[in-house]
Amino acid sequence: MQGLNLFGRGQASGARPAPVRHAPARPAPLPQAAPRRDPAPSRLAYRLNRMMLRPLMRRLIHVGLPAFLAALVAGIWLSDDTRRANLTGGIDGIIDRIQNREGFMVRMMTIEGASPAVDKGLRAMLPVDLPASSFDIDLGKLRERVLMLDAVETVELRIKPDGVLSAVVTERVPAVLWRHARGIELLDKTGHRVASATSRDVREDLPIIAGMGADLAVPEALALIDAAGPILPRIRGLERMGERRWDLVLDRDQRIKLPAEGALQALERAIAMDRAQSMLDRDIPVVDLRLSARPVARLGLDAQNAIRRARGQPELGPDGLPIDPAKAKKPHGNSGNHG
Amino acid sequence: MKDLYQGQRAMRNMRRQAMQRGVIAVLDIGTSKIACLVLQFDGPSQFRETDGVGPMAGQSNFRVIGTAHTRSRGMRFGEIHVMAETERAIRTVIQSAQKVAGVRVDHVIACISGARPASYGLAGEIALSSGKVAEQDVARVLASCEVPDFGRGREVLHAQPVNFAVDGRSGLSDPREHAGGKLACDMHVLTIDGDAAGNLVHCIRRCDMELAGVASASYVSGLAALVEDEQELGAACIDLGSGTTGVSVFIKKHMIFADAARIGGDLITQDIAKGLRVSYSVAERLKTLHGGLEATGRDDREMIELGGETGDWETDRRRVSRADLIGIMRPRVEEILEQVGEILNAAGFDYMPSRQIVLTGGGSQIPGLDALAARMLGQNVRIGRPLRIQGLPHNATAPGFSSAIGLALLTAHPQDEWWDFEMPADQYARGSLLRAYRWFRNNW
Repeated sequence: MQGLNLFGRGQASGARPAPVRHAPARPAPLPQAAPRRDPAPSRLAYRLNRMMLRPLMRRLIHVGLPAFLAALVAGIWLSDDTRRANLTGGIDGIIDRIQNREGFMVRMMTIEGASPAVDKGLRAMLPVDLPASSFDIDLGKLRERVLMLDAVETVELRIKPDGVLSAVVTERVPAVLWRHARGIELLDKTGHRVASATSRDVREDLPIIAGMGADLAVPEALALIDAAGPILPRIRGLERMGERRWDLVLDRDQRIKLPAEGALQALERAIAMDRAQSMLDRDIPVVDLRLSARPVARLGLDAQNAIRRARGQPELGPDGLPIDPAKAKKPHGNSGNHG
Repeated sequence: MKDLYQGQRAMRNMRRQAMQRGVIAVLDIGTSKIACLVLQFDGPSQFRETDGVGPMAGQSNFRVIGTAHTRSRGMRFGEIHVMAETERAIRTVIQSAQKVAGVRVDHVIACISGARPASYGLAGEIALSSGKVAEQDVARVLASCEVPDFGRGREVLHAQPVNFAVDGRSGLSDPREHAGGKLACDMHVLTIDGDAAGNLVHCIRRCDMELAGVASASYVSGLAALVEDEQELGAACIDLGSGTTGVSVFIKKHMIFADAARIGGDLITQDIAKGLRVSYSVAERLKTLHGGLEATGRDDREMIELGGETGDWETDRRRVSRADLIGIMRPRVEEILEQVGEILNAAGFDYMPSRQIVLTGGGSQIPGLDALAARMLGQNVRIGRPLRIQGLPHNATAPGFSSAIGLALLTAHPQDEWWDFEMPADQYARGSLLRAYRWFRNNW
């Protein structure tokens, strides 16, 4: 085993002689290395390490602790009144500065499709004085308030570029006049109030309806008036009876009582009868169509008397009672309106 | 045997609990190296049918999420020599494996390589009253095995039914529902020194871990290093460790013999240190970098710097040829293989149908070992690396990790042991009557 013998011939006969070294040139003895620390974790470190590996503990340390610290710092910092005021003041200032920038300012308001009265009301409804920031104008709320005006059907509000608040208004169109105990009102075709009127002459072109609850049945009333056709010139108006059915009132105190259900058909029937027999030109003050199976025409006094005269019966007086022929000599005769 | 039954059942329940939780650690405490694998059990659903991955004996159920190995301390011949030191080593390795895995591990399965294992083949036979093998009969026939005197302080580590026979029909692996009049079984029992096993249990408990199973290192390295055909046809696995050399013999996918020689690679290093008068660490480096077993003419010319830090220039600058190193190593390896040969002779390995020998363990990496082993043990010798398992890092695929990997395989696909079968009903009754009697005597 060569190499084991340090100073044997193998070493001596080697090609390389041993280096010449002087005693002082010997390498310094190696500094005593510090004893190596035990690589094993201590029992305590091991247990702590295992505890930290628990999912709950990990979450507590990684999420809970930073959150708690942040809340603690924020709480301590905010516990001082001055700091809190400074903070809120600063935030408010920033918000103000952004909201009052030139690009967000509303300078004028344009209103389309509104009558002067509505126009004035709309301008009065704007909660702020122009110019104002668009953040201060709550369009949804404003729209709700505008829609509370009776004369306005729809309104389209938008803030256009260059600071224009544009309102496109559709007004309600009055379709009918409604006379009730407290005056006269204009209603649109759905029965919604548009405005009040001082007298019937304000809108002579509109038909008139009357009676309690007439505004709730405006579409039906309009349909009836549309269907009136040939008797339209004679119509004075429609009256709501008992909040359930219509009476068609004609001139010469004539009245067509319509049923609650199927009023339109009943009216068409009456018109047909009129066309066939000129019923409405005769002395018939009331045509009662409330029961479709049994239409009733009430004869006027003159017509009844004409019949009674022809039969040789005593005539009837205005109170509906037969006039005693003995007394009948004294009063003046009939004025002769025989229908 | 009853306490053992209860203890092993408790350990099995612990293992099931750990598998349900999904994370379990595997600990191979060797003489020179202690390795820990952290296994994550995802269940079989992680692969779809279309992936082409079948059940693969449970290997597709788990993956390795953390590995660590460190130098073992306080171990000799595969047994714990200094308890506190070994405990520190276990703490180190478990902490670093947990760090890699990022999860806390509470259950550990360990293997023990030394502790003087002894193999016994037991046979039992019962008559079948119903003419058919029922579930109960399997347990009964296992309980009827004649148990020899294992000696004082011995504990059963494995008790595996190897073979069942109904009447004349032998070689059954599952005898249930077979018709016949007699049921016989062969059981392989591996016992180890109880105190050594107790020390291991104590060390693991001291590290706040629950022990979920113990296996023999020779057995599990056979599971990892032998391929399926070798296990079926018959093979011996020789695990060349540093303190012990484990031998296990398999046939028909069952271990039929296991033993360990108390001699290993550590002795080779000691020989080099003594023979070349170098320190132990230098000798280890020489062995791993330049070691070999077959000297050629070229090795005479290849000079190796010994190195060292003695501080003496002349001593540290010595050179030896590689042939010298081989000359020191070879006799010791021959001695180890001779002992292995004796163990194989005692096991009757020569009568096996297929005499395949697989060398694994850290010592199997010595160049030229296969040629030497082929000359000494038989022609069918190969060097076995452990099976690849999912998630295993490359540096843990060396042969030295075969027992750790085998332990992981055993965890995923446990072998039926005697205590996995229900205890026979009559033994239950006797136990409870005895308990009742004792309770009455103590209280009145």
